[in-house]
Amino acid sequence: MSLLSISASPHIQGDYSVKKIMWGVVYALIPASLVAIYFFGLDAIRVMLIAVAASLFFEWLIQKYLIKGTDTYMDGSAVITGLLLAFNVPSNLPWWIVVIGALVAIGIGKMSFGGLGKNVFNPALVGRVFMLISFPVQMTSWPTSKPLFSEIADAITGPTPLGIVKEGLDAGLSVNQVMAEVPSFMQQFVGGIGGSLGEVSALALILGGIFMLWKKIITWEIPLSVLLSAFLFSGLFWLIDPTHYVNPIFHLLTGGMMLGAIFMATDMVSSPMARNGQLVFGVGIGLLTVTIRIWGAYPEGMSFAILIMNGLTPLINTMFKPKRFGRK
Amino acid sequence: MKTFQLGGVHPPENKLSSEAKIEKLALPKQVTVPVGQQLGAPSIPIVAKGDLVKVGQLIAKASGFISAHIHSPVSGKVFKIDETYDTSGFRRPSIIINVEGDEWMESIDRNDEIRREIKLDSKQIIDKINEMGIVGLGGATFPSFVKLLVPDGKKIDFLIINGVECEPYLTSDHRLMLEKGEEMLIGVSILMKALKTEKALIGIENNKPDAIENLEKLANKFTGISVHPLKVKYPQGGEKQLIKALTGREVPAGKLPLEVGCVVNNVGTAFAVYEAVQKNKPLFERVVTVTGKSVKKPSNFLVRIGTPIKELIEAAHGFPEDTGKIISGGPMMGKAVLSTEIPVVKGTSGILLMPDVESKRKESNTCIRCAKCVSVCPMGLEPFLLAKTAKLGKFDIVEKELVMDCIECGSCAYTCPSNLPLLDFIRLGKNKVGQIIRNRNQK
Amino acid sequence: MNEVLIYAVVSLGTIGLVSAVILFFVAQKFKVFEDPRINEVEEVLPSANCGGCGYAGCHAFAENIVKAENMEGFNCPVGGAEVMQKVAAVLGLVAEIAEPMIAVVRCNGSFSNSPKKVQYDGIATCASASVLYAGEGGCSFGCLGLGDCVTACNFDAIYINPETGLPEVNSKCVACGACVEACPRDIIELRYLGKKERRIYVSCVNEEKGAPAKKNCAVACIGCAKCFDVCPFDAIVMKNNRAYIDYEKCKLCRKCVEVCPTNAIHEINFPLRKLVVKEESVKATTQETAMKVATPEKQENNTKES
Repeated sequence: MSLLSISASPHIQGDYSVKKIMWGVVYALIPASLVAIYFFGLDAIRVMLIAVAASLFFEWLIQKYLIKGTDTYMDGSAVITGLLLAFNVPSNLPWWIVVIGALVAIGIGKMSFGGLGKNVFNPALVGRVFMLISFPVQMTSWPTSKPLFSEIADAITGPTPLGIVKEGLDAGLSVNQVMAEVPSFMQQFVGGIGGSLGEVSALALILGGIFMLWKKIITWEIPLSVLLSAFLFSGLFWLIDPTHYVNPIFHLLTGGMMLGAIFMATDMVSSPMARNGQLVFGVGIGLLTVTIRIWGAYPEGMSFAILIMNGLTPLINTMFKPKRFGRK
Repeated sequence: MKTFQLGGVHPPENKLSSEAKIEKLALPKQVTVPVGQQLGAPSIPIVAKGDLVKVGQLIAKASGFISAHIHSPVSGKVFKIDETYDTSGFRRPSIIINVEGDEWMESIDRNDEIRREIKLDSKQIIDKINEMGIVGLGGATFPSFVKLLVPDGKKIDFLIINGVECEPYLTSDHRLMLEKGEEMLIGVSILMKALKTEKALIGIENNKPDAIENLEKLANKFTGISVHPLKVKYPQGGEKQLIKALTGREVPAGKLPLEVGCVVNNVGTAFAVYEAVQKNKPLFERVVTVTGKSVKKPSNFLVRIGTPIKELIEAAHGFPEDTGKIISGGPMMGKAVLSTEIPVVKGTSGILLMPDVESKRKESNTCIRCAKCVSVCPMGLEPFLLAKTAKLGKFDIVEKELVMDCIECGSCAYTCPSNLPLLDFIRLGKNKVGQIIRNRNQK
Repeated sequence: MNEVLIYAVVSLGTIGLVSAVILFFVAQKFKVFEDPRINEVEEVLPSANCGGCGYAGCHAFAENIVKAENMEGFNCPVGGAEVMQKVAAVLGLVAEIAEPMIAVVRCNGSFSNSPKKVQYDGIATCASASVLYAGEGGCSFGCLGLGDCVTACNFDAIYINPETGLPEVNSKCVACGACVEACPRDIIELRYLGKKERRIYVSCVNEEKGAPAKKNCAVACIGCAKCFDVCPFDAIVMKNNRAYIDYEKCKLCRKCVEVCPTNAIHEINFPLRKLVVKEESVKATTQETAMKVATPEKQENNTKES
């Protein structure tokens, strides 16, 4: 018989593990991936494969030769970063931009802080924003989505619904005129709008979100507060002046709103710990996103909003403490 | 279904011995009775080497206010008074008695008949409980009579009886509620009389439907006692959590349940109180669960204090080959023991033999800041932060982050996906901060 | 264009001027006089900021010694006599020469002397293990081998020997006392470095009676007092079942080392003896003698580890 082991309580551990959580997120991304493949065809598969492979490769490389720690590339977090990165880019993006994006995401966004658990910002968004600023043209020429096996010729590019609205409103058109050009809410919800890979179907993303909630990978606080605050804030302007401000439902269903609220803002590492802090974090993202969308230079503000709130997370963590038992 | 709101986890229940009836364990050849079995000051031995003692005879006197009398669990000759190993391998003074026959004190009522009539008044009850060496049997071993002394001006609204048994594996309270339900309820009435309160709430998790049913049926015969099924959630057996679950009141930090008009006692204690007051029987035996996944016969034994745990394991059909860890108590808050020679004490609620494969801690990774520990902490603390700052030796921050509120339930370390030994570090911080506070108060 | 230029120059100039005036007054108001000798003393000090002198770092030490105007009770263990001479020179005082000291680990419960009975599986700090349990070898006084002393040492002077599982002190030790403070079981002690670095000490702090102490560790001090009887200088104190050699009284005669039945008394840096060769980590070779001494308590622990 081996020696009895001695340790302090507790003597049992739950069956959560980092791997389980990370792969759970990957599973939750499957419906959205399938939708992306359906609408963008082989291009989608290409971008996703390149992004995931490049992320894994850089994670392995840096871990092995720079950090010299234990291998972490198989814990699934790099796969998530890769997939989310792919979800945030157009399907016709040249392969080398995707690779550069993955390098920035993993190298600067994650490993430069010391690897998993230590990064301040969401790595995928760091990569995405880097690409957006460095390669604005490639990053904003979206192919119009075309269902798989359909006969439409390739390489038609067009703006996203948000882009159409932004340009239209800037040009002085009224909301009604602009809205005539964008897909219907139903289309936005189920899928089929132009945009980045992961933005085409709100439904698929919500399915993934429900899966993660069920598996207790995420909590409801962040997604709900992001969506609700964005809805209320944009709704307020819509109520005041429906000719200049678009319907809040449009804000919820288009662009990176769902993707950001469900998958990016909920990133454990870069979001606050306490429940009230998470609510503040979510509300901040919602308000900032709508602010950027309405008044900013970019049609889409989700990435920036999340990154800004990521930066504020340590502050939120010190300011917002959980409800203590037996204290006020 | 009632429960507490903040935090909590649900570990696999593994109540393997819940069907095993309480068996009387055969007397051992020798018992080792440590004199420091209760929370507070160790008792002072009043017997000497060679003295003959009877079952129930006082052998060590309480020293100081928070302390308890200790009575001989067996009859025989005092072999010696010496130091023996305790659970953690430290040497503590004990009285070692060689067993000869089984001769009880005449004052103890050994009739099996249930004595229903409570003759003593409040003061007499409290004195009796003190005299009989009753301590809290839930594990904290706090001298029971101290809890019953209500300061002037305070009114006790509820006597709360803890039948939660939220620790996985343990079933001693469960069996007691099933088999000794009526005696236990008489004990509850005695405690109510001592506290001069009209209401007693018994909290039982609903994974013990038979116990709930049994007590609900019996409680009809008693006035003021009600049984409340609770949702299964650890650490519901924690005093503060149980009060919150049953009454919705929140004990302020650093204060006693008295502050919100509650007194909490374990069902085991209630039964011991019954025996002490109605049968004049001191606390020298208790129910101990012997369990584990590889144990051939998971059992509940009625054991004399001082019996070496190896005899219990023997009675549960032997020591499993693959045992990797022996735990005194449950897997969430129990202590790992160094050898099977250690005796059963008043606070031993169970002996858990964990298989080798389960007993080793899993390899830990870095914190991924998932906030699971924050969401499960029943005290609303931030375990990751406490552990990190304690590890770095920043004890001023540890103190400011309310480490002293921690009840060491282990929910954080249980739930951590990175398997970080959070509670180890928190406990370290708690020890250091405790020292710092003591030093400061001395100045 | 010119106007813009003038506005900029005038406005920025004014702001600069006003700020300068404010700064001047603030500097006057908050001026702190510091004895220049504090700086001088600090420069002489080794700036290790170890706290070995009893003050919070070298600056605090300098401040206090300048304020005190005498050298009594002040000693920089890191710099030793040399540095204290320099400090004395700066202050115009005469330095007291303190005997150099070194940290000594008073436990020899290595893996072979005190075999593992259980396996510790918690966090690697002595502070938390010492509260949790006795120790892997069963001795509740002995070294836990988890290296809180190593973490505390700023001078790389103490390390855990992987073969014995015990800390060892090397010549880099400056006797700052950080490890002494860190050890939760008070095993480490500062002793005189000794002439030619020769030292004799009892390498055990066990306070149990002979039999249980011996059961857990082959080289435990069993409190037999043979060394106490043999010591010609009254340097040995018997207390709580163990011997302690007072380093101020010890004349390094080595008589105690010879009589110790359990080899618990260590001698360091002495030339080899002619007949018996003693090494630092002695194996349990003298059990018979030990048992003779321990007979009264022999029966006490008929316990056996399962």
